[in-house]
Amino acid sequence: MKKISILIVDDEESVRDSLYNWFIEDGYRVECAENANRALSILESDSFDIILADIKMPGMDGLEMLRRIKLLKSDSIVIIMTAFATVDTAVQALKDGAFDYVTKPFDPDDLSHLIRNATKQISLVEENENLKKKVVSLENVEDMIGQSESIRKVLKDIESVAQSNSSVVITGESGTGKELVARAIHSNSPRKFFPLVSVHCGALTESLLESELFGHEKGAFTGAMYNRKGRFEMADNGTIFLDEIATISTKMQIDLLRVLESKKFIRVGGNKEISSDFRVICATNRDLKSMVEKGTFREDLYYRLNVVNIFVPPLRERIEDIPLLVEYFIKKYCTSMNRPTVSIDATALKRLEEFNFPGNVRELENMIERALVVGNGKKISLKDLPLEKTILTTSVESLDDLEKSHILMILNKYNWNISRAAKALKVDRVTLYNKISKYGLKPAE
Amino acid sequence: MTNQNITLISFGYFDESFLKNVAEAVKHEFLSSVNIKEGHLDLSEFYDPIRRQYNGTKLLKEVENKFSSDSAKTLGLFSVDLFIPILTYIFGQAFLNGRSGIASLYRLSNERYGMSTNDNIIFERFKKEVIHELGHTFGLVHCHIPTCVMRSSTYVEDIDQKSAGICVKCRTELSSILP
Repeated sequence: MKKISILIVDDEESVRDSLYNWFIEDGYRVECAENANRALSILESDSFDIILADIKMPGMDGLEMLRRIKLLKSDSIVIIMTAFATVDTAVQALKDGAFDYVTKPFDPDDLSHLIRNATKQISLVEENENLKKKVVSLENVEDMIGQSESIRKVLKDIESVAQSNSSVVITGESGTGKELVARAIHSNSPRKFFPLVSVHCGALTESLLESELFGHEKGAFTGAMYNRKGRFEMADNGTIFLDEIATISTKMQIDLLRVLESKKFIRVGGNKEISSDFRVICATNRDLKSMVEKGTFREDLYYRLNVVNIFVPPLRERIEDIPLLVEYFIKKYCTSMNRPTVSIDATALKRLEEFNFPGNVRELENMIERALVVGNGKKISLKDLPLEKTILTTSVESLDDLEKSHILMILNKYNWNISRAAKALKVDRVTLYNKISKYGLKPAE
Repeated sequence: MTNQNITLISFGYFDESFLKNVAEAVKHEFLSSVNIKEGHLDLSEFYDPIRRQYNGTKLLKEVENKFSSDSAKTLGLFSVDLFIPILTYIFGQAFLNGRSGIASLYRLSNERYGMSTNDNIIFERFKKEVIHELGHTFGLVHCHIPTCVMRSSTYVEDIDQKSAGICVKCRTELSSILP
């Protein structure tokens, strides 16, 4: 623990000396100043955790010095001492930001108690700061795992856009982690200690979305029993994240544009204009530009939203991240299931790397969670992963492709025993040979 | 351990055997030679009629200036009520890493708190206070270990809680401070 520093400000030398000796014996770093001006000049070049100041001093008094110290460093802990306690001065000192107020002379125990309280406050503030940093750093990396070039670009974009107030559109296929990107932008921005409010536009009808975004007044519609704050109001000083923005109706597009331009809105059924200072981040898995060209998305809204665009790549374009993601999800779910961390079979991992993941990272995460539930609890093997079926349904396009994959799967299953494979396929051996030749199938080496 | 001589100077009446026993305890704790002397001061100069107590800060300076020249560490022993301007009372005081300190018996007796006389308790408390103040002169600050004699005490009950010995941590500190 760091050594607490105390600055004693009193015009009486005997008071300074006795306090100095007392605190030195307690192991604190102590400095003394004989008047307020001297104290302020010391504070310009050095910082102290606690300032113990007399209220009555020639020249500038303790209360005036307290105000100036608070201007210099608002979180300073200043304890005011006085020989004559009056309620007025005590109240004034506390109003001006004094931590506490004591009457001279005080009991040794009072002094120890006072300093103990102040040091507790200092450690709480430090702890709070550390926790804030920890929370932010955790949020920044939350599930955004990867070393690939494309994910690094996303992280770099997040970093460069976070500090600004610009609107952001995050594009990418379903399951790529668009909401995580929004969270990372918010938690790295100056708005991080205010709310990040998410709205899934696609899940709500037009009227519900309107009430959800703008709020409503009591009696605005059937069932509106109370006044309700809208998401824009909740996001004041923070960020609003509009997921699936491409699904909103033309009317909502107009309303949204108006709010984005003025940062003002009226609750449904209300007549009072409400202001809110929010930043907007949107996400979509559709191509907004082509929607604008087709006339299904307003061009002015598109340009208002799309100040910065961040593209989140699909998992199949960053295969090199799969092992890291697998490891991360195993750890995540083993921890939440209170189990020792398991490993993954090399064959299973290889198959995951070959898979094209139409559901992207979300699909991989679900696969790992499922494998941990159905597996033997020691190692994730190929049989724990629902890959076979999915390969058939996802990697084929034509009937020929389907036939080829199926024949290959059966041949592999029977170790290329043609008779057994033909029997399973319910065709004769000649037909099977013809199909093998047609598709150029070969046993794996 | 210290090879530095310590002088205990009594101001006012102290029982001879009581002082010898205190000196013995100090010798045992600091492994130093300990002298006992008698000092004479006009205490009225240090008396504050408003507070009806004796100014510990001034007494400490007096001990430092007039009585500490022929010893490495000097501790003035008093039986009057001591204060420092900012505090209502003190049991003792010393210059950290300095040459002098003071300690008083006044607030250590049971009678002062409405309990029956106990010579053994007052000896134990005074012994601890003397070692505590001398510890400061050797550069030791207050210790958080409950049994260490260097733990800060604001009430006699606090003194009773701790031992008369320096804890391992403070002893290590003391070894590093001393030449």
